[in-house]
Amino acid sequence: MKPAPFDYHAPTSLAEAVALLARLDDEGCDAKILAGGQSLMPMLAMRVARPEALVDLRRVPGLDAIRLQDGYIAIGAMASKRAAELSELVREKQPLFHAATRLVGHQQIRNRGSVGGSFAHADPASEYPAVALILDMQMVATGPDGERVIPADEFFVTYMTTALEAGEILTEVRMPVLPTGSGWAIQEITRRNGDLALAGVALTLRLEAGRCTDARIAAFGVDATAVRLTAAEDSLRGAVPNSESFARAGATAAASLGDPMSCIHASADYRRHLVGTLVERALAEAAARAR
Amino acid sequence: MSTRQTIRLTVNGKPYEREVEARLTLADFIRHELHLGGTHVGCEHGICGACTILIDGSSARACLTLAVQADGANITTVEGLRNRETGQLHPIQQAFVEAHGLQCGFCTPGFMMTTLELLGENPDPSDDEIKEALGGNLCRCTGYQSILDSVRLAARRLQSASAA
Repeated sequence: MKPAPFDYHAPTSLAEAVALLARLDDEGCDAKILAGGQSLMPMLAMRVARPEALVDLRRVPGLDAIRLQDGYIAIGAMASKRAAELSELVREKQPLFHAATRLVGHQQIRNRGSVGGSFAHADPASEYPAVALILDMQMVATGPDGERVIPADEFFVTYMTTALEAGEILTEVRMPVLPTGSGWAIQEITRRNGDLALAGVALTLRLEAGRCTDARIAAFGVDATAVRLTAAEDSLRGAVPNSESFARAGATAAASLGDPMSCIHASADYRRHLVGTLVERALAEAAARAR
Repeated sequence: MSTRQTIRLTVNGKPYEREVEARLTLADFIRHELHLGGTHVGCEHGICGACTILIDGSSARACLTLAVQADGANITTVEGLRNRETGQLHPIQQAFVEAHGLQCGFCTPGFMMTTLELLGENPDPSDDEIKEALGGNLCRCTGYQSILDSVRLAARRLQSASAA
């Protein structure tokens, strides 16, 4: 359980980091970016990952701001999850992202783990990708050609794989402020408090004149990436928000899952069952918040 | 660029400078280079919490941190709890002794360091808040109830000490 040897670099500016990654890539060196290390370190320890070089971003200044800008919330990729959890701005303006953050690991992990790291790691059982899909979050990547903005629905490609190029660094994630009156909820089933989810559901819900006008629902822990549950969303449009329509949406969500992941802790059928139940419960929770 | 790096850091108030392999975890650095054996290494991949220490006042898993990442940091390990001048146990340590918060003791340093952060941020936590905070530490002797009692006792002691 000790990492294999690697070269260690700690660039002191973003430009230096980008140039370094480009050079390492040119040299055919398998380099990985080290942010908080809370997902990478276990992979190094178990030697699931054996990079030849680590590029540590801890000395790169300016990557940890959390701010409101042009109506959206921008979180620097190196901001810790604990900083996002303690941010008044995030808690008040984007309570869904705040709640998702509190579900990640334990405080020891959130103290060290970066917000950006979870997006770049793209674990299909993690909360952030699902939240990113329903909030239409945007990922800002900085590479040799400058910045580019990648929408969430293009960012997560497959199991632990993102649209980031080898020479690119995720530098910021952006999310809209939650519209006033929107309901939201995130629920998950874990074997222990703080574990990755066996299955989870995040959603937002809008109600107008006693009807559901818009629902955005995503599941995590069931497929190679977080997935939007569009059939369930459609089933709610125009529906009266009550236990029947929520149960119907849950059943629709469960039926719409292709072939959920299966492992020793949770079979595909069990995960399908969980998603149905979680959608139903999360809708009730979100409806109570919606005004 | 090298597999070896020089780091400078402060551990329990004492400054150190060492050359380390980049792949060395902070937990192994503390144990094998600084010979502070109180930080225990259980799972070595961030599950058990036995290696919990404070980095710049915030709890962290020393096995999920490279020693090179702690360059410039101020570290507190379980050895830093005891009063250096009087040798007296920290109220958290005393509470774990009195409320039987340990059996084999392997997980105890991690639990106490987590408790140190919790009670620093929240001097009067509810039982639910204590359980939430301790959720990242595993005890295989299944002594959770006594650990909960220990944290409650430590909170009371620290509060009356700060009120006095």
